[in-house]
Amino acid sequence: MKKASKKIKKELTIEQKINRRNFISFGVFTVLAAGAYEGWRWLYKSPDEVAGITAGAHRPLRKALNKTEIFFRRIAFSENHLVKTYPKEMAAKHVRVNSDIGIEAKNKFDPNGWTLQVIKAGGDVLKITMDELKSLPKTELIYDFKCVEGWDQISHWGGVKFSDFIKHYQLDEYAKMQYVGMETPDKGYYVGIDMPSAMHPQTILAYEVNDRPLPLPNGAPLRLIIPTKYGIKNLKRIGTITFSNTRPHDYWAEQGYDYYSGL
Amino acid sequence: MKVIKEKHSLAMRWCHWVNFPILTIMIWSGMLIYWANDIYSVTIFGHTFVRFFPDWFYKTLGIPQRLAEGMAFHFLFMWFFTLNGIFYIIYTLFSGEWRELVPKKNSFKEAWLVLLHDLHIRKTAPPQNKYNAAQRIAYTAIIVMGLGSVITGLAIYKPVQFYYLTWICGGYHFARILHFALTLGYVFFFVIHIVQVFLAGWNNFRSVISGFEVVKEEPVPIIQTVNEDEKGE
Repeated sequence: MKKASKKIKKELTIEQKINRRNFISFGVFTVLAAGAYEGWRWLYKSPDEVAGITAGAHRPLRKALNKTEIFFRRIAFSENHLVKTYPKEMAAKHVRVNSDIGIEAKNKFDPNGWTLQVIKAGGDVLKITMDELKSLPKTELIYDFKCVEGWDQISHWGGVKFSDFIKHYQLDEYAKMQYVGMETPDKGYYVGIDMPSAMHPQTILAYEVNDRPLPLPNGAPLRLIIPTKYGIKNLKRIGTITFSNTRPHDYWAEQGYDYYSGL
Repeated sequence: MKVIKEKHSLAMRWCHWVNFPILTIMIWSGMLIYWANDIYSVTIFGHTFVRFFPDWFYKTLGIPQRLAEGMAFHFLFMWFFTLNGIFYIIYTLFSGEWRELVPKKNSFKEAWLVLLHDLHIRKTAPPQNKYNAAQRIAYTAIIVMGLGSVITGLAIYKPVQFYYLTWICGGYHFARILHFALTLGYVFFFVIHIVQVFLAGWNNFRSVISGFEVVKEEPVPIIQTVNEDEKGE
């Protein structure tokens, strides 16, 4: 008898309908909310990556950083996308000095004894003096320098376009590799740059700021100015330049920052 | 007699509740980033009214010295924020729900009456459908703001590659200010929203989770008592 009565579907009362729908929707909501919270806790407490070329970021976040950067480079990067330039009058008279890593004043350094060293295959070292660099065509750039911290400043730089430098010293074969590495003479600061960004027409090896030789805190005698990257990639006081197909080590990428830091 | 009245579609509820934690994470990670160059304030004639942000604020929320971490979180969750927003906009357009949402010609005038009513200055509120005039403006504005955050965000994320977006936003420097101001806008929206939800009560709140409201309907008399000549009164 009981079975038979079950078969007759009773129309639910309005109260039953309300309760039923509340139960289902609030149940689902609670389960999803708990799942989201657990997911967040997993991500927030996820272990740091194994220290290597990059370090200091949560492992999943590092993966996301790399993927995102490569995605944007693929859809957007072009040599024809130039950083906006400004008239000379707009350039800051006092260029902001934010960091002295690798060029600390306590470590004596004589710009006159400096040569730029380009490490070539088989251990060959190409040594280049400032006079030689200055004999190359000069490129000037007045643009809005952007720091990863969030500030920006219009500044005026002069030097040798990196792509001109490559051509002049017949390093074209090296420029077919994927990365350029640069280091300060004391090896205290170092950056890795992907080749397309290095060969961008506005990337320069700068020896002048505001029409005058670079002061020491700004990176004398020669520094990198690469407008397609945050300031952290704009290495001061370049000592050596290397080429490779794997990512060169990079000071801030080891501190949890994005390896590419492209703009 | 109680009647179930459908109010919010499942897609709308989904987008709303997915957006809530994502936007929270975006604002939080945004603050980790902002801390590294926290130069904004409301200063009029040399007097600073608000500084973003005071030290106690940073300390309480554990914000200092976390720029790299903030960027890493921000550049992951921006995807979810954007995709959820795109999904919502497409859904709203194709389902026709935008008709209930977009401000009408008289909405801007009516919104004042709603405001006066909500502040208990005026006794009656203008008649409305799903959303009143003030809600239409607020819920449309918040979507436009979301779009603004994505655009200003891209403008400061890749100012060289998306130079045209940076140009539209008035340059890199100004785009960062806009990006920050929009975030203040969300916080302002959130405060008002929470107060209103609280005042509107359980039935309204439930509808954003279960989709329906319970309304009382007067039973319709079976026998028509209105005579022909009584009509038109």
